[in-house]
Amino acid sequence: MGQIHLEKVRKAFGDVVIIPDLDLKIEDGEFVVFVGPSGCGKSTLLRLIAGLEDVTDGQIVIDGQDATELPPAKRGLAMVFQSYALYPHMSVRKNIAFPLKMAGMDKAEIDKRVDYAAKTLNLDAYIDRRPANLSGGQRQRVAIGRAIVREPKAFLFDEPLSNLDAALRVGMRLEISELHQRLKTTMIYVTHDQVEAMTMADKIVVLRAGNIEQVGSPLELYSHPRNTFVAGFIGSPKMNLLGGAEAEKYQAETIGIRPEHVRLSTTEGSWKGTVKVSEHLGSDTFLHVESPVHDEPLTVRADGEFPVHAGDVVYLTPEEDKIHRFDGEGLAMKTNSRAVA
Amino acid sequence: MATLHTKNAARAMMAPAVIVLLIWMIVPLAMTLYFSTLNYTLYNPFSTPFVGFENYSYFLTDPTFLAALANTLILVIGVLAITVIGGVLIALLLDQEFYGVNIVRLMVIAPFFVMPTVAALVWKNMMMNPVYGVIGQMLSAIGLTPIDWMTEVPLLSIVIIVAWQWLPFATLILLTALQSLSSDQKEAAEMDGAGALSIFWYITLPHMSRAITVVILIQTIFLLSIYAEILVTTQGGPGAQSTNITYLVAQQATSYGDIGAASAGGIVAVILANIVAIFLVRLIGKNLDA
Repeated sequence: MGQIHLEKVRKAFGDVVIIPDLDLKIEDGEFVVFVGPSGCGKSTLLRLIAGLEDVTDGQIVIDGQDATELPPAKRGLAMVFQSYALYPHMSVRKNIAFPLKMAGMDKAEIDKRVDYAAKTLNLDAYIDRRPANLSGGQRQRVAIGRAIVREPKAFLFDEPLSNLDAALRVGMRLEISELHQRLKTTMIYVTHDQVEAMTMADKIVVLRAGNIEQVGSPLELYSHPRNTFVAGFIGSPKMNLLGGAEAEKYQAETIGIRPEHVRLSTTEGSWKGTVKVSEHLGSDTFLHVESPVHDEPLTVRADGEFPVHAGDVVYLTPEEDKIHRFDGEGLAMKTNSRAVA
Repeated sequence: MATLHTKNAARAMMAPAVIVLLIWMIVPLAMTLYFSTLNYTLYNPFSTPFVGFENYSYFLTDPTFLAALANTLILVIGVLAITVIGGVLIALLLDQEFYGVNIVRLMVIAPFFVMPTVAALVWKNMMMNPVYGVIGQMLSAIGLTPIDWMTEVPLLSIVIIVAWQWLPFATLILLTALQSLSSDQKEAAEMDGAGALSIFWYITLPHMSRAITVVILIQTIFLLSIYAEILVTTQGGPGAQSTNITYLVAQQATSYGDIGAASAGGIVAVILANIVAIFLVRLIGKNLDA
């Protein structure tokens, strides 16, 4: 079991309110990702759940039991830190065995569990090494090993991949997803990287300044962002947000169109523009186009190769049914109405 | 960077410093070795016949030598025990956040700035004097007989004075080590179910092991040559109860005017210090490896 309910949780340091009253339900077995720009309170929220910070007000309920006042060890959660926080003077074996030793488990059972964890994480070969003699990815796996041997109710990950290089990050992302599918334990994962959020999550929680902006599955957030913040944050490259005359045509304050929902042409289309920068990846082409309809360059994605370069003139046509409309407060408007003109 | 040319130039430029340093160290050592083989007394400094190892056998068979050796070891081990254990505890205390922590830190470090003779005199006359010393007064106040520290427990008195002087050094080194412990590790241990004592034993203490090694090595070097504190308090007495090797060597020259025996004693002290150093490095030096 690993059901975590936050009820009116509030955290303030002195007069500075980091998290105003926040409600969130995390169901058993879910992979929940907290995502948001740095300083949005996502790590603080995770630490509140872990018990490493005291809540100022409100309740944390784990499996129906009020855990607000419980010390971290009693909550039955395991955490993987951004720095891995391995114990440098202990071998990999001792690191993984530490929580079991603290729990007073007998030696034979500890060895059995550590060996099993080491095998599943491919750590057998390094079991007697110290953390200093391991690579970043191996350290990461030791940290995960230390978490899984406890068989916790839920795993908490605090930006675990941010210290790894890009190639390793993709690999570890897969490994963590596989681990979740195998263990089926609740996982809460904090990241500022929306790609990690989109690829791993069952449920994404988008945070800004301690407030939940939107909760939903990755595709829900992608297709129905609740406001301009979520619209701009989820999806890569970012959604183009236009105001002014173009938005008025759709009776909205702001309209949003994703780079992949704009048709490109060198001959005709609704918006004329000049290519400022072109990025040719082979599989995709990203263009940054300067156009009179918007004061910032628009980002456009084309499938495969689209042979234009800086200075070329292109025409852009947004796909009408993929346009997102937002009102004066930045909130999404219900129906996608057609342009009047 | 390291071409043959730059290497030679570097050597040439370093040579003067290295040569001066070498002379500075070798000359006194050579002279001490030379004097230790002569019958050289201040009562008749013009006749200094060669006597071979006679000074050594005189110094080593002196009944106070073994007593002084034992006193030296007790002094070193006693002070190390107090400063390391006390230093760890005080460092743990100073690592906490409390009102006025900066002033308290400064005050804890202050004894290190008091010169040894002054510190020893203050302790002797203002703290340990049985009649008007603070400790004696306090014991009298609660109806106990004051202790005459310098005659009843001379070696313990020296240990206390020297420990007081070195506690700040140990505290300072251990505190910096403590502050470099990442809070992540403590939090991870906390989540792993370790209590405060377990965190101290399994996380904090191993983290400080290198700093503790440094404290032990550096202090041992200085504690082997304690002299001023003994001179101004007990003068090695009563009898030889608080005489250490250094004080015994100095006594040969200052009290008996026997330069030859003092030189021999000096060489013995150097050899003993090296034995201790080898022993220490073997025992705890591995902590210094990265």
